[in-house]
Amino acid sequence: MHHDDDALLVVQDGGRQVEGRWLWRGFEFALRAGERVALMGPSGSGKTLLLRALAGLDALDEGTLMLRGTPVERWVMPSYRSHVAYLPQRPVMIEGSVEDNLRLPFTLGAHAERRYDPTSVRATVERLGRGETFLAQDALELSGGEQQLVALVRRLQLEPTALLLDEPSASLDDDSAAALEALVDDWRTGAPERAVVWTSHRGEQLDRVSDRLVRLEASA
Amino acid sequence: MNDLAYVPIDLGQLLLASALIAVNVALSFALRLGLARSLLVASVRMTAQLLLIGLVLAWVFALERPLPILAIALLMSGLAGVSAVQRTQRRFAGVYLDALVSVTGASFVVTGFALLGIVRVDPWFDAQYSIPLLGMVLGNVLNGISLALDRFTEGVTQQRGRIELLLSLGATRWEAAHALISDALRVGMIPTVNAMMVMGIVSLPGMMTGQILAGAAPADAVRYQIVIMFMIAAATALGAFGVVLLAYRRLFDARHRLRSDRLQRVPRPQR
Repeated sequence: MHHDDDALLVVQDGGRQVEGRWLWRGFEFALRAGERVALMGPSGSGKTLLLRALAGLDALDEGTLMLRGTPVERWVMPSYRSHVAYLPQRPVMIEGSVEDNLRLPFTLGAHAERRYDPTSVRATVERLGRGETFLAQDALELSGGEQQLVALVRRLQLEPTALLLDEPSASLDDDSAAALEALVDDWRTGAPERAVVWTSHRGEQLDRVSDRLVRLEASA
Repeated sequence: MNDLAYVPIDLGQLLLASALIAVNVALSFALRLGLARSLLVASVRMTAQLLLIGLVLAWVFALERPLPILAIALLMSGLAGVSAVQRTQRRFAGVYLDALVSVTGASFVVTGFALLGIVRVDPWFDAQYSIPLLGMVLGNVLNGISLALDRFTEGVTQQRGRIELLLSLGATRWEAAHALISDALRVGMIPTVNAMMVMGIVSLPGMMTGQILAGAAPADAVRYQIVIMFMIAAATALGAFGVVLLAYRRLFDARHRLRSDRLQRVPRPQR
């Protein structure tokens, strides 16, 4: 068993079935350090399930998943998921203000050594073209696109190594989509290792944000 | 005092009491509640079950060996475990075992402690004490367990997004489930806490009333009631905690994943 030294996330012979039907099987995938990958496939081809498996939220029914050459089974999951960030298509906000949502990760034991940094958060919010009052707004009242941005800021505070974005721009207008891409770019250039996977069923916006295209074919 | 400290009820008096159900049936018909049928079924079941248990208890009380009494106690808690699950809306493989273990564990530990340590019955398994005490504890633990279990599985389903948000932020399964677990325990304890709050003011509890009717001094009957309420509170907390913890271990696996695939909705839970 060998793989590239710079491979971050690797799936070997991966398979996932739903209700007795294989969505994909014998799937080979490697996300290398610094890469930007677009994952394409028709609706129902199991893109979301692949991202969830990569994030360790679902098990693979077949095959091996490795992070930095170590099989997922040997990782402590909270630590694994601190490295591999997954953002679902529909962002989830907890009850409370935007700031409450941004502080949420720091209540977890896995991030005990990290502190919420109000200065950098304020700078990020400004970069998104939102004013000071944005942090005090009720998170559940935000538009879908704004929630998507808050979810991304919330997650990037933890400085993940791999970012898995499931149809991130589905609910975004053009301005917010540009803001989101800028945030991802900022994060990615922060360290050479950082890599990102985007999914979409539309091609055009993926060209802009990716270097490589991976197709997920429905295995009939 | 004559040979009996209370007025026995004969068959004719029972029939007269059953006429009271006519009030419910009349109301149901007048308001078209459609409850007449289930009311009648429930009345017949209640009467038959109680007449039967009256006979069984007379036989049980005559037993002087612990093993048959233990067997009956296990049968009672088994039935309690099954009915606790039957009132829940969402089930998972192993839910009956989890409920059984929790009901039996909680009720036996608490009833055993009361028999041996508090009331100090001699012999400790004396059916006249052990069976009624266990029965009262079981009835309440059953309610607590089915409420807690229902709330927990419902919470897992409704809050799937929030749970997986926490997990993907790096939460342990315990961190992700903690709010759900305490919520389920709170709901499981509500009936017991409510009952204790109003006991003696709004309600005169059945066991105490029964003892007074049977000729016990009210001051003594009250003490028994206090003991049984503490037993119920402890056993309900223990049982609810047990069943929620066991359900948690099945629905959140050791890899810190939420296993909502293990939950199935029951089309129509039994009442």
